[in-house]
Amino acid sequence: MAARYQTAFTIYPYARVSAQSQAPVRHPVVIVGGGPVGLILALDLGKKGVPVLLLDDHEGPGLGSKAICFSKRTLDIAHRLGACQPMVDKGVVWNVGKVFHGDGKVFEFNLLPEKGHRNPAFINLQQPYFEKFLFDEIRKAQDAGAPIEIRGGNRVTGVTEADDHTVLDIETPDGPYQVQADWLIACDGARSPIRDMMGLSFDGRVFEDNFLIADVRMKADFPTERWFWFEPPFEGAGQSALLHKQPDDIWRIDFQLGWDIDRAAELDPARIRARVDAMLSSQSGTIPDYELDWTSIYTFQCRRMKKFRHGRVIFAGDSAHQVSPFGARGANSGVQDAENLAWKLDLVLQGIADATLLDSYASEREFAADENILNSSRATDFMTPKSEISKVFRNAVLDLAERHAFARPLVNSGRLSVPCKYEGFPLFGEDALGGPVLTGPGAVCVDAPVDDGYLLDHLGGGFTILAIGAARAEAVSAAGVTAQVLHIPAPTPELAERYLGSAPQAVYLIRPDQHVVARWADADPDTIKAALRLAIGKADPCQSI
Amino acid sequence: MSINLTPNIPDPDGFYDELLAAHEGLSKAESDALNARLILVLANHVGDRAVLREALAAAK
Repeated sequence: MAARYQTAFTIYPYARVSAQSQAPVRHPVVIVGGGPVGLILALDLGKKGVPVLLLDDHEGPGLGSKAICFSKRTLDIAHRLGACQPMVDKGVVWNVGKVFHGDGKVFEFNLLPEKGHRNPAFINLQQPYFEKFLFDEIRKAQDAGAPIEIRGGNRVTGVTEADDHTVLDIETPDGPYQVQADWLIACDGARSPIRDMMGLSFDGRVFEDNFLIADVRMKADFPTERWFWFEPPFEGAGQSALLHKQPDDIWRIDFQLGWDIDRAAELDPARIRARVDAMLSSQSGTIPDYELDWTSIYTFQCRRMKKFRHGRVIFAGDSAHQVSPFGARGANSGVQDAENLAWKLDLVLQGIADATLLDSYASEREFAADENILNSSRATDFMTPKSEISKVFRNAVLDLAERHAFARPLVNSGRLSVPCKYEGFPLFGEDALGGPVLTGPGAVCVDAPVDDGYLLDHLGGGFTILAIGAARAEAVSAAGVTAQVLHIPAPTPELAERYLGSAPQAVYLIRPDQHVVARWADADPDTIKAALRLAIGKADPCQSI
Repeated sequence: MSINLTPNIPDPDGFYDELLAAHEGLSKAESDALNARLILVLANHVGDRAVLREALAAAK
């Protein structure tokens, strides 16, 4: 089996299993692809007790730093799954950014993070570490009995859809075998072989652009800042350039080269070094000692599948949607896909919810993909103006931003990934509180300090009724699902600001993926029960809430 | 009243998108004319001559 790419290290080596010499075994969930999305999904499902088989055609993470920016929401999800601490310990947090245009500095900013959150707004961390830390937690979960199986060196070569399952042809170093999946989840990346095998299209507005990545290992001190250039003054640096820090004294440098390039010539180390020398010396005049750790050219496009669910095959992450890298919306949105899907799949497999609940995964995450594509397209348009007049405006913004604060919010070098709000989607109920917009129905819960840690620590993998202040609530069950109560009688000022606003008390119903279903100043059990039924796609047709 | 040079536009990315969309498909001359009309419309809305004078200075 020829490798499709080099791996950074081996963590799930191929090992022959008895299933390879038996009649095809049926699995409730088969995940294809052991990247960030597949691993999060496997961990989330496994911790809920759902048996999951993960197949990957390699034996570990792909080589290269790749998705290096992991957002707060991703860290919050990893925290719920027990994998966050090593990420935050290893990751780099930066606060100072500088924006340049040609030779000059446009402005400098300090992110001054908002207080009262467990996790920072984002960390920089090489993708192989992210995958390794998830894998380590999967190992721990397996030891504790979570029914997760990972088979490395297993390549899916055929997909046959049957009425109530899917048959997978799998190639291994010991030859082919088959498995059957009640539910097949394709987390197999932007070039998704499963999508191709099923003949499904992957359309959208196409940006054709090449990025040169140079990861350089700096031997001397260099500031932990993000530097971004529009129209960098260095020869052959392209439309934009970005420098920021990763762990292990590595700095990531991106050059946006445009579409018509000679890939081989651009990857010549001497040519790369000339660019990097110019960039690194631009502020100090001296070239620090460094070595090239990893270089690559990649292209990107903005597109998504029309539907993320095709019967018993579901697409998540890059296989379903692809965005430009600006704003770190690739891996981060994929992780949110996985979290959205995990609890729904669990309820469907338990027979509590109908399979149509999975259509809500598709519609909610398709909406999220559109939002991510919109944001990353706008950033791309700002960085690479498509017409003369858009370049005139872009440069006017940069010019004004040097002197006037008002123009700075218009400068767009990527808007950092934040989770979308599923506002108005069918599984969400009423806002009878009229509280802060930030935490209204559809929104993901923002963190806030509580007496013994942080709010999100207390929102586990199930439905939660959050009662704040004098509001009282008791656990409710509906259609086989129970929502537990978290009562916070004396909220911290941050919690009150984020969840109460001017209201003295509140009751929130929160989904397992920590999105708010509905909220009230006070709610009786029947009201909460109705909202709970709504949230799992079993709303009483006579009930309007 | 003096000119406001602090951020004042909600959803700046959405505004920027609309601004560029208004120019889509126009020739350079048409875009210049659109910009001129836009400046005059906005200037009328501002009205205050002192503020307009400050705006001219800020943009120079």
